[in-house]
Amino acid sequence: MSTVTDSPKTPTTKGGKPRLSDRAKAEQRLGWKLAMPAFVVMLLVTAYPILQAVWNSFFNYRLTDPANKEFVGLNNYIVSFSDSVFWSAMWATVIITIITVVVELVLGFIIALVMHRIVLPRRTLRTVVLIPYSIITVVSGFTWLFMYQTDTGFVNRWTNWIPGVSDNYDWFGSFWPSIFVICLSEIWKTTPFMSLLLLAGLAQVDSSMEEAAKVDGASWVQVLYKVILPNMKPAIMVALLFRTLDAFRIFDNIFIMTGGANGTNSLSGLIYRQTIDRTEIGLGSALSVILFLCVLVIAAVFVRGFKVDLTQGRN
Amino acid sequence: MAKESMKGTGLWTTLAVPIMVWTVLPLLWMLSLSLKSADTLADPDSAYFGNFWPKEPTLDNYRLIFTGGASDLFMPALRNSLIVCVVATFISVVLAMFCAYAISRLEFRGKKMILTTALAVSFFPVVAMVTPLFEVWSKTGLFDTIPGLVIPYLALTLPLSIWTMSAFFQQIPWEMEQAAQVDGASSWQAFRKVIIPLATPGVFTTAIITFFTAWNDFVFAISLTSDQARTVPAALAFFTGASQFEQPTGAIMAASVVVTIPVVILVLIFQRRIVAGLTSGAVKG
Repeated sequence: MSTVTDSPKTPTTKGGKPRLSDRAKAEQRLGWKLAMPAFVVMLLVTAYPILQAVWNSFFNYRLTDPANKEFVGLNNYIVSFSDSVFWSAMWATVIITIITVVVELVLGFIIALVMHRIVLPRRTLRTVVLIPYSIITVVSGFTWLFMYQTDTGFVNRWTNWIPGVSDNYDWFGSFWPSIFVICLSEIWKTTPFMSLLLLAGLAQVDSSMEEAAKVDGASWVQVLYKVILPNMKPAIMVALLFRTLDAFRIFDNIFIMTGGANGTNSLSGLIYRQTIDRTEIGLGSALSVILFLCVLVIAAVFVRGFKVDLTQGRN
Repeated sequence: MAKESMKGTGLWTTLAVPIMVWTVLPLLWMLSLSLKSADTLADPDSAYFGNFWPKEPTLDNYRLIFTGGASDLFMPALRNSLIVCVVATFISVVLAMFCAYAISRLEFRGKKMILTTALAVSFFPVVAMVTPLFEVWSKTGLFDTIPGLVIPYLALTLPLSIWTMSAFFQQIPWEMEQAAQVDGASSWQAFRKVIIPLATPGVFTTAIITFFTAWNDFVFAISLTSDQARTVPAALAFFTGASQFEQPTGAIMAASVVVTIPVVILVLIFQRRIVAGLTSGAVKG
Protein backbone atom coordinates (compact mmCIF):
# COMPACT_ATOMS: atom_id res chain seq x y z
CA MET A 1 0.00 0.00 0.00
CA SER A 2 2.87 2.31 0.69
CA THR A 3 4.45 1.83 -2.70
CA VAL A 4 3.38 4.86 -4.58
CA THR A 5 4.68 3.94 -8.00
CA ASP A 6 2.78 0.65 -8.15
CA SER A 7 -0.61 2.24 -7.76
CA PRO A 8 -2.61 2.26 -10.99
CA LYS A 9 -2.70 5.58 -12.71
CA THR A 10 -6.25 6.63 -13.17
CA PRO A 11 -6.89 7.97 -16.62
CA THR A 12 -8.15 11.48 -16.29
CA THR A 13 -9.10 14.26 -18.60
CA LYS A 14 -5.94 16.19 -17.96
CA GLY A 15 -2.35 15.00 -17.94
CA GLY A 16 -2.95 11.90 -20.01
CA LYS A 17 0.32 12.31 -21.86
CA PRO A 18 2.65 9.33 -21.72
CA ARG A 19 5.77 11.34 -20.87
CA LEU A 20 5.67 13.72 -17.98
CA SER A 21 6.92 17.24 -18.48
CA ASP A 22 8.95 18.97 -15.77
CA ARG A 23 5.87 20.87 -14.73
CA ALA A 24 3.87 17.67 -14.43
CA LYS A 25 6.66 16.09 -12.41
CA ALA A 26 6.69 19.07 -10.07
CA GLU A 27 2.93 18.70 -9.74
CA GLN A 28 3.34 15.03 -8.88
CA ARG A 29 5.83 15.90 -6.17
CA LEU A 30 3.72 18.70 -4.76
CA GLY A 31 0.66 16.44 -4.82
CA TRP A 32 2.41 13.80 -2.74
CA LYS A 33 3.96 16.34 -0.40
CA LEU A 34 0.52 17.72 0.39
CA ALA A 35 -1.25 14.39 0.58
CA MET A 36 1.49 12.42 2.34
CA PRO A 37 1.08 13.58 5.97
CA ALA A 38 -2.64 12.76 6.11
CA PHE A 39 -2.12 9.47 4.31
CA VAL A 40 0.77 8.34 6.50
CA VAL A 41 -0.97 9.27 9.76
CA MET A 42 -4.12 7.50 8.61
CA LEU A 43 -2.17 4.32 7.85
CA LEU A 44 -0.17 4.51 11.07
CA VAL A 45 -3.19 4.79 13.34
CA THR A 46 -5.07 1.96 11.65
CA ALA A 47 -2.63 -0.38 9.92
CA TYR A 48 -0.35 -0.64 12.92
CA PRO A 49 -3.08 -1.75 15.38
CA ILE A 50 -4.53 -4.30 12.97
CA LEU A 51 -1.08 -5.79 12.27
CA GLN A 52 -0.44 -5.90 15.99
CA ALA A 53 -3.79 -7.65 16.42
CA VAL A 54 -2.92 -10.22 13.75
CA TRP A 55 0.40 -10.90 15.49
CA ASN A 56 -1.12 -11.15 18.98
CA SER A 57 -3.87 -13.44 17.75
CA PHE A 58 -1.34 -16.26 17.41
CA PHE A 59 -0.41 -16.11 21.08
CA ASN A 60 -1.96 -17.25 24.29
CA TYR A 61 -1.52 -13.95 26.04
CA ARG A 62 -3.13 -12.42 29.08
CA LEU A 63 -2.15 -8.87 29.96
CA THR A 64 -2.15 -9.75 33.65
CA ASP A 65 0.21 -12.64 33.01
CA PRO A 66 2.70 -11.50 30.32
CA ALA A 67 5.40 -13.97 31.44
CA ASN A 68 3.36 -16.88 30.13
CA LYS A 69 2.86 -15.47 26.63
CA GLU A 70 3.23 -18.44 24.31
CA PHE A 71 2.79 -19.09 20.61
CA VAL A 72 -0.31 -21.19 19.99
CA GLY A 73 -0.73 -20.88 16.23
CA LEU A 74 -4.34 -20.84 15.15
CA ASN A 75 -5.60 -22.06 18.50
CA ASN A 76 -7.34 -18.78 19.37
CA TYR A 77 -9.27 -18.98 16.10
CA ILE A 78 -10.21 -22.59 16.74
CA VAL A 79 -11.35 -21.69 20.25
CA SER A 80 -13.42 -18.82 18.85
CA PHE A 81 -15.11 -20.82 16.13
CA SER A 82 -15.90 -23.76 18.41
CA ASP A 83 -17.38 -21.61 21.16
CA SER A 84 -21.13 -21.13 21.26
CA VAL A 85 -20.60 -17.64 22.73
CA PHE A 86 -18.98 -16.59 19.46
CA TRP A 87 -21.83 -17.94 17.35
CA SER A 88 -24.40 -16.35 19.64
CA ALA A 89 -22.66 -12.97 19.19
CA MET A 90 -22.44 -13.55 15.44
CA TRP A 91 -26.16 -14.40 15.33
CA ALA A 92 -27.14 -11.29 17.32
CA THR A 93 -24.93 -9.11 15.12
CA VAL A 94 -26.34 -10.52 11.88
CA ILE A 95 -29.95 -10.27 13.12
CA ILE A 96 -29.53 -6.67 14.24
CA THR A 97 -27.75 -5.77 11.00
CA ILE A 98 -30.49 -7.27 8.81
CA ILE A 99 -33.40 -5.80 10.79
CA THR A 100 -31.96 -2.30 11.08
CA VAL A 101 -30.74 -2.06 7.49
CA VAL A 102 -34.00 -3.33 5.99
CA VAL A 103 -36.20 -1.12 8.19
CA GLU A 104 -33.95 1.88 7.64
CA LEU A 105 -33.98 1.38 3.89
CA VAL A 106 -37.79 1.42 3.79
CA LEU A 107 -38.24 4.12 6.42
CA GLY A 108 -35.33 6.13 5.06
CA PHE A 109 -36.80 5.98 1.57
CA ILE A 110 -40.22 7.15 2.76
CA ILE A 111 -38.62 10.02 4.68
CA ALA A 112 -36.44 10.90 1.70
CA LEU A 113 -39.49 10.89 -0.58
CA VAL A 114 -41.40 13.18 1.79
CA MET A 115 -38.40 15.50 2.12
CA HIS A 116 -38.07 15.53 -1.66
CA ARG A 117 -41.71 16.31 -2.43
CA ILE A 118 -42.84 18.34 0.55
CA VAL A 119 -43.46 22.03 -0.03
CA LEU A 120 -44.65 23.58 3.17
CA PRO A 121 -42.48 22.82 6.20
CA ARG A 122 -39.60 21.86 3.88
CA ARG A 123 -36.69 23.37 5.77
CA THR A 124 -38.13 22.54 9.18
CA LEU A 125 -38.62 18.90 8.19
CA ARG A 126 -35.08 18.59 6.89
CA THR A 127 -33.67 20.11 10.05
CA VAL A 128 -35.79 18.00 12.40
CA VAL A 129 -34.98 14.79 10.54
CA LEU A 130 -31.27 15.53 10.83
CA ILE A 131 -31.29 15.96 14.64
CA PRO A 132 -30.92 12.29 15.68
CA TYR A 133 -27.80 12.05 13.53
CA SER A 134 -26.10 14.51 15.87
CA ILE A 135 -27.18 12.79 19.10
CA ILE A 136 -24.57 10.67 20.86
CA THR A 137 -25.43 6.97 20.38
CA VAL A 138 -25.03 6.34 24.11
CA VAL A 139 -27.56 9.10 24.82
CA SER A 140 -29.98 7.57 22.34
CA GLY A 141 -29.43 4.18 23.99
CA PHE A 142 -30.24 5.51 27.45
CA THR A 143 -33.27 7.43 26.20
CA TRP A 144 -34.80 4.34 24.58
CA LEU A 145 -33.78 2.16 27.52
CA PHE A 146 -35.58 4.39 30.02
CA MET A 147 -38.53 4.62 27.66
CA TYR A 148 -39.02 0.85 27.69
CA GLN A 149 -38.09 0.17 31.31
CA THR A 150 -41.10 -1.05 33.21
CA ASP A 151 -40.77 1.29 36.19
CA THR A 152 -39.48 4.58 34.74
CA GLY A 153 -40.77 4.20 31.20
CA PHE A 154 -43.98 5.18 29.49
CA VAL A 155 -44.15 2.70 26.63
CA ASN A 156 -45.85 -0.01 28.66
CA ARG A 157 -48.46 2.49 29.86
CA TRP A 158 -49.11 3.66 26.31
CA THR A 159 -49.26 0.24 24.72
CA ASN A 160 -50.91 -1.92 27.38
CA TRP A 161 -53.99 -2.24 25.15
CA ILE A 162 -51.91 -4.41 22.77
CA PRO A 163 -52.39 -8.12 23.53
CA GLY A 164 -49.27 -9.49 25.23
CA VAL A 165 -48.12 -6.13 26.58
CA SER A 166 -49.07 -5.43 30.16
CA ASP A 167 -48.00 -2.67 32.53
CA ASN A 168 -45.10 -4.74 33.77
CA TYR A 169 -44.03 -6.53 30.61
CA ASP A 170 -40.23 -6.77 30.78
CA TRP A 171 -38.78 -5.74 27.41
CA PHE A 172 -35.27 -6.63 28.49
CA GLY A 173 -36.11 -10.03 29.92
CA SER A 174 -35.55 -12.08 26.79
CA PHE A 175 -33.81 -12.08 23.42
CA TRP A 176 -36.34 -10.84 20.88
CA PRO A 177 -37.89 -7.93 22.83
CA SER A 178 -34.38 -6.77 23.77
CA ILE A 179 -33.29 -6.93 20.13
CA PHE A 180 -36.46 -5.03 19.19
CA VAL A 181 -35.67 -2.10 21.50
CA ILE A 182 -31.95 -2.11 20.58
CA CYS A 183 -32.93 -1.95 16.91
CA LEU A 184 -35.39 0.90 17.60
CA SER A 185 -32.67 3.05 19.13
CA GLU A 186 -30.25 2.16 16.34
CA ILE A 187 -32.88 2.93 13.70
CA TRP A 188 -33.85 6.23 15.31
CA LYS A 189 -30.25 7.36 15.46
CA THR A 190 -29.07 6.29 12.00
CA THR A 191 -32.09 6.59 9.68
CA PRO A 192 -31.33 10.30 9.07
CA PHE A 193 -28.04 9.40 7.44
CA MET A 194 -29.72 6.76 5.29
CA SER A 195 -32.52 9.08 4.22
CA LEU A 196 -30.09 11.87 3.34
CA LEU A 197 -28.13 9.54 1.08
CA LEU A 198 -31.39 8.40 -0.53
CA LEU A 199 -32.56 12.00 -0.85
CA ALA A 200 -29.39 12.81 -2.76
CA GLY A 201 -30.19 9.85 -5.02
CA LEU A 202 -33.79 11.02 -5.50
CA ALA A 203 -32.59 14.46 -6.52
CA GLN A 204 -30.67 12.86 -9.38
CA VAL A 205 -33.73 11.17 -10.88
CA ASP A 206 -34.77 13.09 -13.96
CA SER A 207 -38.26 14.41 -13.20
CA SER A 208 -39.13 14.56 -16.91
CA MET A 209 -38.90 10.77 -17.00
CA GLU A 210 -41.44 10.57 -14.20
CA GLU A 211 -43.71 12.99 -16.05
CA ALA A 212 -43.37 11.00 -19.26
CA ALA A 213 -44.28 7.80 -17.45
CA LYS A 214 -47.32 9.48 -15.90
CA VAL A 215 -48.42 10.81 -19.28
CA ASP A 216 -48.17 7.26 -20.61
CA GLY A 217 -50.63 6.24 -17.91
CA ALA A 218 -48.31 4.64 -15.37
CA SER A 219 -49.62 4.39 -11.82
CA TRP A 220 -47.45 5.80 -9.02
CA VAL A 221 -46.46 2.28 -8.04
CA GLN A 222 -45.23 1.69 -11.60
CA VAL A 223 -43.42 5.03 -11.64
CA LEU A 224 -41.76 4.08 -8.36
CA TYR A 225 -40.60 0.64 -9.46
CA LYS A 226 -39.89 1.31 -13.13
CA VAL A 227 -38.51 4.85 -13.06
CA ILE A 228 -37.49 6.11 -9.63
CA LEU A 229 -35.91 3.04 -8.02
CA PRO A 230 -33.86 1.88 -11.04
CA ASN A 231 -32.46 5.39 -11.46
CA MET A 232 -31.60 5.55 -7.77
CA LYS A 233 -29.84 2.22 -7.69
CA PRO A 234 -26.32 3.59 -7.20
CA ALA A 235 -27.44 5.79 -4.30
CA ILE A 236 -29.35 2.90 -2.71
CA MET A 237 -26.39 0.55 -2.96
CA VAL A 238 -24.00 3.10 -1.46
CA ALA A 239 -26.44 3.79 1.40
CA LEU A 240 -26.87 0.05 2.00
CA LEU A 241 -23.13 -0.54 2.05
CA PHE A 242 -22.45 2.30 4.47
CA ARG A 243 -25.21 1.27 6.83
CA THR A 244 -24.55 -2.49 6.67
CA LEU A 245 -20.92 -2.03 7.66
CA ASP A 246 -21.91 0.44 10.33
CA ALA A 247 -24.62 -1.80 11.77
CA PHE A 248 -22.28 -4.80 11.79
CA ARG A 249 -20.02 -2.93 14.19
CA ILE A 250 -22.85 -2.24 16.68
CA PHE A 251 -21.61 -1.83 20.24
CA ASP A 252 -22.85 1.28 22.07
CA ASN A 253 -26.60 0.56 22.16
CA ILE A 254 -26.15 -3.03 23.32
CA PHE A 255 -23.64 -2.05 25.99
CA ILE A 256 -26.02 0.55 27.40
CA MET A 257 -29.30 -1.34 27.10
CA THR A 258 -28.62 -4.96 27.93
CA GLY A 259 -24.89 -5.21 28.53
CA GLY A 260 -25.09 -8.27 26.29
CA ALA A 261 -27.59 -10.15 28.46
CA ASN A 262 -29.93 -12.78 27.00
CA GLY A 263 -27.66 -13.49 24.05
CA THR A 264 -27.82 -9.93 22.74
CA ASN A 265 -24.06 -9.37 22.79
CA SER A 266 -22.59 -8.44 19.42
CA LEU A 267 -19.19 -9.36 18.01
CA SER A 268 -17.87 -5.95 19.05
CA GLY A 269 -19.27 -6.48 22.54
CA LEU A 270 -17.60 -9.88 22.74
CA ILE A 271 -14.24 -8.39 21.75
CA TYR A 272 -14.64 -5.73 24.42
CA ARG A 273 -15.46 -8.33 27.04
CA GLN A 274 -12.49 -10.56 26.14
CA THR A 275 -10.02 -7.69 25.96
CA ILE A 276 -11.03 -5.25 28.65
CA ASP A 277 -12.87 -7.37 31.21
CA ARG A 278 -10.80 -10.53 30.90
CA THR A 279 -7.55 -9.03 29.47
CA GLU A 280 -7.31 -12.00 27.10
CA ILE A 281 -5.30 -10.13 24.49
CA GLY A 282 -4.67 -13.22 22.36
CA LEU A 283 -8.29 -14.31 22.10
CA GLY A 284 -9.53 -10.71 21.80
CA SER A 285 -7.10 -10.14 18.95
CA ALA A 286 -8.28 -13.26 17.13
CA LEU A 287 -11.89 -12.05 17.46
CA SER A 288 -10.84 -8.61 16.21
CA VAL A 289 -9.24 -10.14 13.14
CA ILE A 290 -12.38 -12.20 12.52
CA LEU A 291 -14.58 -9.08 12.77
CA PHE A 292 -12.22 -7.24 10.44
CA LEU A 293 -12.40 -10.07 7.91
CA CYS A 294 -16.23 -10.11 8.15
CA VAL A 295 -16.31 -6.40 7.33
CA LEU A 296 -13.92 -6.96 4.41
CA VAL A 297 -16.14 -9.76 3.08
CA ILE A 298 -19.28 -7.61 3.32
CA ALA A 299 -17.53 -4.72 1.56
CA ALA A 300 -16.20 -7.05 -1.13
CA VAL A 301 -19.66 -8.56 -1.71
CA PHE A 302 -21.12 -5.08 -2.20
CA VAL A 303 -18.32 -3.70 -4.35
CA ARG A 304 -17.82 -6.81 -6.52
CA GLY A 305 -21.23 -8.45 -6.32
CA PHE A 306 -23.43 -5.40 -6.61
CA LYS A 307 -20.93 -3.31 -8.57
CA VAL A 308 -21.01 -0.40 -6.16
CA ASP A 309 -18.63 2.23 -7.42
CA LEU A 310 -17.76 4.29 -4.37
CA THR A 311 -15.30 6.53 -6.11
CA GLN A 312 -17.69 7.48 -8.86
CA GLY A 313 -17.27 11.04 -9.90
CA ARG A 314 -13.83 11.19 -8.33
CA ASN A 315 -10.76 11.44 -10.43
CA MET B 1 -51.36 20.22 -13.04
CA ALA B 2 -51.99 22.88 -10.43
CA LYS B 3 -54.82 20.94 -8.85
CA GLU B 4 -52.74 17.79 -8.67
CA SER B 5 -49.79 19.50 -7.04
CA MET B 6 -52.10 21.08 -4.46
CA LYS B 7 -53.45 17.67 -3.59
CA GLY B 8 -49.88 16.36 -3.40
CA THR B 9 -48.81 19.13 -1.05
CA GLY B 10 -51.44 18.15 1.52
CA LEU B 11 -50.44 14.49 1.30
CA TRP B 12 -46.74 15.14 1.88
CA THR B 13 -47.40 17.60 4.71
CA THR B 14 -49.61 15.00 6.39
CA LEU B 15 -46.87 12.39 6.05
CA ALA B 16 -44.36 14.78 7.58
CA VAL B 17 -46.28 14.80 10.88
CA PRO B 18 -45.55 11.19 11.96
CA ILE B 19 -41.94 11.57 10.83
CA MET B 20 -41.47 14.61 13.02
CA VAL B 21 -43.24 12.98 15.97
CA TRP B 22 -40.99 9.90 15.64
CA THR B 23 -37.93 12.13 15.67
CA VAL B 24 -38.96 14.53 18.40
CA LEU B 25 -40.65 12.17 20.89
CA PRO B 26 -37.38 10.66 22.24
CA LEU B 27 -35.95 14.18 22.57
CA LEU B 28 -38.95 15.30 24.63
CA TRP B 29 -38.64 12.16 26.72
CA MET B 30 -34.99 12.96 27.39
CA LEU B 31 -35.97 16.43 28.55
CA SER B 32 -38.88 15.11 30.58
CA LEU B 33 -36.74 12.60 32.50
CA SER B 34 -34.13 15.24 33.23
CA LEU B 35 -36.86 17.35 34.87
CA LYS B 36 -38.24 14.54 37.04
CA SER B 37 -37.17 14.14 40.62
CA ALA B 38 -35.79 10.74 41.57
CA ASP B 39 -38.79 9.71 43.67
CA THR B 40 -41.34 10.47 40.95
CA LEU B 41 -39.58 8.55 38.14
CA ALA B 42 -41.67 5.44 38.54
CA ASP B 43 -44.81 7.16 39.77
CA PRO B 44 -47.30 7.68 36.95
CA ASP B 45 -49.58 9.66 39.29
CA SER B 46 -47.08 12.51 39.41
CA ALA B 47 -46.82 12.73 35.62
CA TYR B 48 -49.07 13.57 32.69
CA PHE B 49 -49.75 11.37 29.66
CA GLY B 50 -49.08 7.99 31.30
CA ASN B 51 -45.78 8.75 33.03
CA PHE B 52 -44.51 10.96 30.19
CA TRP B 53 -44.25 14.56 31.37
CA PRO B 54 -43.66 15.50 35.05
CA LYS B 55 -46.41 17.49 36.80
CA GLU B 56 -43.80 19.26 38.92
CA PRO B 57 -40.63 19.76 36.85
CA THR B 58 -37.48 20.29 38.88
CA LEU B 59 -33.94 21.32 38.03
CA ASP B 60 -32.46 19.09 40.76
CA ASN B 61 -30.79 16.81 38.23
CA TYR B 62 -29.00 19.73 36.60
CA ARG B 63 -27.80 20.88 40.02
CA LEU B 64 -26.60 17.35 40.67
CA ILE B 65 -24.39 17.23 37.56
CA PHE B 66 -23.06 20.80 37.72
CA THR B 67 -22.53 21.38 41.44
CA GLY B 68 -23.77 18.29 43.24
CA GLY B 69 -22.58 14.73 43.73
CA ALA B 70 -22.31 13.87 40.03
CA SER B 71 -20.26 16.93 39.13
CA ASP B 72 -16.99 15.14 39.98
CA LEU B 73 -17.81 12.73 37.20
CA PHE B 74 -19.55 14.97 34.70
CA MET B 75 -17.50 18.18 34.67
CA PRO B 76 -14.09 16.54 34.04
CA ALA B 77 -15.73 14.31 31.42
CA LEU B 78 -17.18 17.33 29.65
CA ARG B 79 -13.77 18.99 29.69
CA ASN B 80 -12.06 15.81 28.42
CA SER B 81 -14.62 15.38 25.66
CA LEU B 82 -14.15 18.94 24.49
CA ILE B 83 -10.34 18.77 24.55
CA VAL B 84 -10.07 15.36 22.87
CA CYS B 85 -12.65 16.09 20.19
CA VAL B 86 -11.39 19.59 19.38
CA VAL B 87 -7.77 18.43 19.17
CA ALA B 88 -8.59 15.35 17.08
CA THR B 89 -10.83 17.41 14.79
CA PHE B 90 -8.21 20.12 14.41
CA ILE B 91 -5.39 17.71 13.51
CA SER B 92 -7.60 15.79 11.07
CA VAL B 93 -8.97 18.86 9.37
CA VAL B 94 -5.54 20.46 8.93
CA LEU B 95 -3.97 17.29 7.53
CA ALA B 96 -7.01 16.55 5.39
CA MET B 97 -7.09 20.08 4.03
CA PHE B 98 -3.73 19.68 2.29
CA CYS B 99 -4.57 16.16 1.21
CA ALA B 100 -7.97 17.09 -0.21
CA TYR B 101 -6.49 20.07 -2.01
CA ALA B 102 -3.93 17.83 -3.69
CA ILE B 103 -6.58 15.26 -4.58
CA SER B 104 -9.05 17.68 -6.08
CA ARG B 105 -6.58 20.02 -7.70
CA LEU B 106 -3.33 18.34 -8.66
CA GLU B 107 -2.48 15.53 -11.00
CA PHE B 108 -0.47 12.85 -9.27
CA ARG B 109 -0.34 9.10 -9.21
CA GLY B 110 -2.13 7.33 -6.40
CA LYS B 111 -4.82 9.85 -5.58
CA LYS B 112 -7.54 7.30 -6.19
CA MET B 113 -5.63 4.95 -3.92
CA ILE B 114 -5.65 7.57 -1.15
CA LEU B 115 -9.41 8.00 -1.46
CA THR B 116 -9.99 4.25 -1.54
CA THR B 117 -7.77 3.80 1.52
CA ALA B 118 -9.64 6.55 3.36
CA LEU B 119 -12.89 4.79 2.57
CA ALA B 120 -11.55 1.40 3.63
CA VAL B 121 -10.30 2.88 6.90
CA SER B 122 -13.68 4.47 7.59
CA PHE B 123 -15.25 1.01 7.28
CA PHE B 124 -12.73 -0.32 9.71
CA PRO B 125 -14.35 -1.92 12.78
CA VAL B 126 -12.92 0.32 15.49
CA VAL B 127 -13.34 -2.35 18.15
CA ALA B 128 -10.70 -4.35 16.30
CA MET B 129 -8.25 -1.58 17.22
CA VAL B 130 -9.15 -1.67 20.89
CA THR B 131 -7.33 -4.88 21.77
CA PRO B 132 -3.91 -3.95 20.34
CA LEU B 133 -4.19 -0.35 21.54
CA PHE B 134 -5.21 -1.44 25.03
CA GLU B 135 -2.13 -3.66 25.22
CA VAL B 136 0.31 -1.04 23.88
CA TRP B 137 -1.27 1.84 25.83
CA SER B 138 -1.07 -0.14 29.07
CA LYS B 139 2.64 -0.70 28.51
CA THR B 140 3.54 2.81 27.36
CA GLY B 141 1.52 4.83 29.83
CA LEU B 142 -0.79 6.26 27.22
CA PHE B 143 -3.72 4.47 28.82
CA ASP B 144 -6.20 6.91 30.36
CA THR B 145 -4.52 10.01 28.92
CA ILE B 146 -5.76 12.67 26.51
CA PRO B 147 -3.18 11.81 23.79
CA GLY B 148 -4.10 8.16 24.26
CA LEU B 149 -7.58 9.03 23.04
CA VAL B 150 -6.63 11.62 20.43
CA ILE B 151 -4.46 9.14 18.50
CA PRO B 152 -7.15 6.49 17.97
CA TYR B 153 -9.71 9.24 17.29
CA LEU B 154 -7.62 10.20 14.27
CA ALA B 155 -8.53 6.82 12.81
CA LEU B 156 -12.19 7.86 13.05
CA THR B 157 -11.83 11.45 11.97
CA LEU B 158 -9.07 11.52 9.37
CA PRO B 159 -10.66 9.34 6.68
CA LEU B 160 -13.96 11.16 7.11
CA SER B 161 -12.23 14.53 6.80
CA ILE B 162 -10.27 13.53 3.70
CA TRP B 163 -13.32 12.07 2.00
CA THR B 164 -15.74 14.89 2.85
CA MET B 165 -13.34 17.71 2.17
CA SER B 166 -12.25 16.24 -1.18
CA ALA B 167 -15.91 16.25 -2.17
CA PHE B 168 -16.29 19.90 -1.15
CA PHE B 169 -13.07 20.97 -2.83
CA GLN B 170 -14.14 19.46 -6.12
CA GLN B 171 -17.03 21.91 -6.27
CA ILE B 172 -14.81 24.96 -5.89
CA PRO B 173 -14.43 27.18 -8.97
CA TRP B 174 -10.76 26.49 -9.58
CA GLU B 175 -10.54 28.97 -12.46
CA MET B 176 -9.97 31.60 -9.79
CA GLU B 177 -6.78 29.85 -8.81
CA GLN B 178 -5.64 29.60 -12.39
CA ALA B 179 -6.35 33.29 -12.80
CA ALA B 180 -4.17 33.99 -9.79
CA GLN B 181 -1.42 31.81 -11.21
CA VAL B 182 -1.65 33.62 -14.54
CA ASP B 183 -1.17 36.83 -12.61
CA GLY B 184 2.10 35.44 -11.29
CA ALA B 185 1.14 33.74 -8.04
CA SER B 186 2.83 30.44 -7.19
CA SER B 187 0.79 27.33 -6.39
CA TRP B 188 1.31 27.99 -2.70
CA GLN B 189 0.34 31.66 -2.95
CA ALA B 190 -2.71 30.77 -4.97
CA PHE B 191 -3.63 28.21 -2.34
CA ARG B 192 -3.25 30.66 0.50
CA LYS B 193 -4.78 33.78 -1.01
CA VAL B 194 -7.48 32.40 -3.29
CA ILE B 195 -8.36 28.88 -2.34
CA ILE B 196 -8.48 29.13 1.43
CA PRO B 197 -11.22 31.82 1.39
CA LEU B 198 -13.17 29.78 -1.17
CA ALA B 199 -12.63 26.56 0.74
CA THR B 200 -13.45 27.82 4.22
CA PRO B 201 -17.15 26.76 4.16
CA GLY B 202 -16.18 23.23 3.14
CA VAL B 203 -13.46 23.07 5.76
CA PHE B 204 -15.83 24.36 8.40
CA THR B 205 -18.56 21.86 7.53
CA THR B 206 -16.04 19.03 7.46
CA ALA B 207 -14.92 20.12 10.92
CA ILE B 208 -18.51 19.95 12.22
CA ILE B 209 -19.12 16.47 10.80
CA THR B 210 -15.75 15.28 12.05
CA PHE B 211 -16.41 16.72 15.49
CA PHE B 212 -19.78 14.93 15.68
CA THR B 213 -18.07 11.63 14.92
CA ALA B 214 -15.45 12.12 17.62
CA TRP B 215 -18.07 13.42 20.07
CA ASN B 216 -20.11 10.27 19.50
CA ASP B 217 -17.32 7.78 20.17
CA PHE B 218 -17.93 5.31 22.96
CA VAL B 219 -15.78 2.30 22.04
CA PHE B 220 -12.39 3.96 22.50
CA ALA B 221 -13.58 6.11 25.36
CA ILE B 222 -14.73 3.19 27.47
CA SER B 223 -11.83 0.88 26.59
CA LEU B 224 -8.84 3.19 26.75
CA THR B 225 -9.69 5.39 29.72
CA SER B 226 -10.33 4.84 33.39
CA ASP B 227 -11.10 7.96 35.42
CA GLN B 228 -8.59 10.60 34.28
CA ALA B 229 -9.37 10.98 30.59
CA ARG B 230 -12.93 9.64 30.52
CA THR B 231 -15.18 11.45 28.05
CA VAL B 232 -18.90 12.16 28.33
CA PRO B 233 -20.29 9.06 26.58
CA ALA B 234 -18.15 6.80 28.77
CA ALA B 235 -18.89 8.81 31.91
CA LEU B 236 -22.65 8.47 31.30
CA ALA B 237 -22.26 4.72 31.57
CA PHE B 238 -20.71 5.13 35.03
CA PHE B 239 -23.19 7.58 36.51
CA THR B 240 -24.64 6.91 39.91
CA GLY B 241 -27.48 8.63 41.71
CA ALA B 242 -27.27 11.20 44.50
CA SER B 243 -26.97 8.29 46.91
CA GLN B 244 -26.20 4.72 46.04
CA PHE B 245 -29.83 3.80 46.60
CA GLU B 246 -31.06 6.35 44.12
CA GLN B 247 -31.35 5.72 40.43
CA PRO B 248 -29.04 7.84 38.25
CA THR B 249 -31.73 8.09 35.55
CA GLY B 250 -32.42 11.80 36.00
CA ALA B 251 -28.74 12.74 36.23
CA ILE B 252 -27.89 10.74 33.10
CA MET B 253 -30.67 12.43 31.17
CA ALA B 254 -29.75 15.90 32.45
CA ALA B 255 -26.17 15.32 31.31
CA SER B 256 -27.52 14.01 28.00
CA VAL B 257 -29.57 17.15 27.49
CA VAL B 258 -26.52 19.31 28.29
CA VAL B 259 -24.31 17.56 25.72
CA THR B 260 -27.12 17.40 23.16
CA ILE B 261 -28.08 21.09 23.14
CA PRO B 262 -24.84 22.38 21.53
CA VAL B 263 -24.88 19.81 18.73
CA VAL B 264 -28.57 20.39 18.06
CA ILE B 265 -27.88 24.13 17.79
CA LEU B 266 -25.11 23.37 15.29
CA VAL B 267 -27.56 21.25 13.29
CA LEU B 268 -30.22 23.97 13.39
CA ILE B 269 -27.80 26.61 12.10
CA PHE B 270 -25.82 24.59 9.58
CA GLN B 271 -28.45 22.09 8.42
CA ARG B 272 -27.96 22.72 4.71
CA ARG B 273 -24.20 22.49 4.84
CA ILE B 274 -24.17 19.37 6.99
CA VAL B 275 -26.56 17.65 4.57
CA ALA B 276 -24.35 18.66 1.67
CA GLY B 277 -21.28 17.39 3.49
CA LEU B 278 -22.79 14.05 4.49
CA THR B 279 -24.17 13.26 1.07
CA SER B 280 -21.51 14.62 -1.23
CA GLY B 281 -19.01 12.47 0.60
CA ALA B 282 -20.92 9.35 -0.31
CA VAL B 283 -22.95 10.00 -3.43
CA LYS B 284 -21.88 11.77 -6.54
CA GLY B 285 -23.43 15.19 -6.23
